[in-house]
Amino acid sequence: MAEEIGFVIEPMEQFEVTPLFGGEAVHWYTPTNVTLWLALTVLSVALLMVAASRGRALVPSRVQSMAELTYGFVHQMIEDVTGKDGVRYFPYIMTIFVFILFANLLGLIPWAFTTTSHIAVTAFLALAVFLTVTALGFVLHGLSFLKMFWIEAAPLALRPALAIIELISYFVRPVSHSIRLAGNMMAGHAVLKVFAGFAGALGVASVVPIAGLVAMYAFELLVAVIQAYVFTILTCVYLKDALHPHH
Amino acid sequence: METEPNGAETGMPQLDFATFPNQLFWLVIALVVIYLILSRVALPRIGTVLAERSGTITNDLAAAEELKTKAAEAEKAYEQALADARAEANKIIDRAKAEMRAELDVAIAKADSEIAAKQEESEKRIAEIRASAQDTVQEVARDTTAAVLSAMGSEADSATIDAAVKARASRGDAA
Repeated sequence: MAEEIGFVIEPMEQFEVTPLFGGEAVHWYTPTNVTLWLALTVLSVALLMVAASRGRALVPSRVQSMAELTYGFVHQMIEDVTGKDGVRYFPYIMTIFVFILFANLLGLIPWAFTTTSHIAVTAFLALAVFLTVTALGFVLHGLSFLKMFWIEAAPLALRPALAIIELISYFVRPVSHSIRLAGNMMAGHAVLKVFAGFAGALGVASVVPIAGLVAMYAFELLVAVIQAYVFTILTCVYLKDALHPHH
Repeated sequence: METEPNGAETGMPQLDFATFPNQLFWLVIALVVIYLILSRVALPRIGTVLAERSGTITNDLAAAEELKTKAAEAEKAYEQALADARAEANKIIDRAKAEMRAELDVAIAKADSEIAAKQEESEKRIAEIRASAQDTVQEVARDTTAAVLSAMGSEADSATIDAAVKARASRGDAA
């Protein structure tokens, strides 16, 4: 590592993928910090959604009502955006939501590794959504799914141009979908790290960066939840296009 | 900037493609596990609990509604009973009043007739007394007239005296 004595801030170091049990090589099967924090994410999901609802109480405990609120929140979102027939895909969308939510929140623990700050992770999620939704559109509607790009409300002369624009915007979706999440996470954590570096170097004056750090942390907490929400609701919007391509 | 073991120079670990297979491998496992946990255990369970709760709430509300209706019915029955009782009481009072009035009327009528009878008797007695008094007066008048006439030296027959006294008496009656 390039740690030297003195004023060195390495905001990107926190994103490095390193093997958990020593060694340098990162093979596809090597247990790394990615593995650890993904496992913790899975554990948190299990704790909230399974352990908390074990009581099956008619009058819920606090954790149970948190699990129920999460359930109701995503369920309502799907129903609002895609309509009744989107509810079939509830488990998939719920998986995406709780995964991103907990990965984001766990990443805010000091010294944590934020799995969702990596484009590999978010691109996989976004591509999975993109490919699934596109395939679903063709399976449900056949070739008439393509009419989504042929805007019948527009004048005929404009339609080819609009079709090209629509097509481009359709294929840009997974790019923006994935970079939005990874970019938000990465930028926030890098800024936090910079503030923390200043706090360590300024002596008494470090109250200022520490205050900034606290404010930034609160903001990042908000961002963590909002980005999970944004990713999920965009997934719902794309799903709606596949379910009802003809507006 | 540092040189990675595989020789690629990266500022952003996110762009170190050598770690992609590792990340994707573990990510897929994590997502599958989360999906299985949610779809097999968590979501059906929470869904059941929510459905049960809304069912219970609906049932409770229906039961409450029913009880409310019953209460309203009971109140109506109570009011009805009260009104009936009141009407009955009024009827009894009216009947009692009528009976009392009838009895009273009978009693008054009886008393009236008794009073009338007594009055009649009294009047009869008074008439008798008056008649006998008149007779007595005429006799005395006759005797007195005869005595006065004989004392004055004129003789009158008793028939004339009788007629004169009668005429006088009837005039006196009229007067």
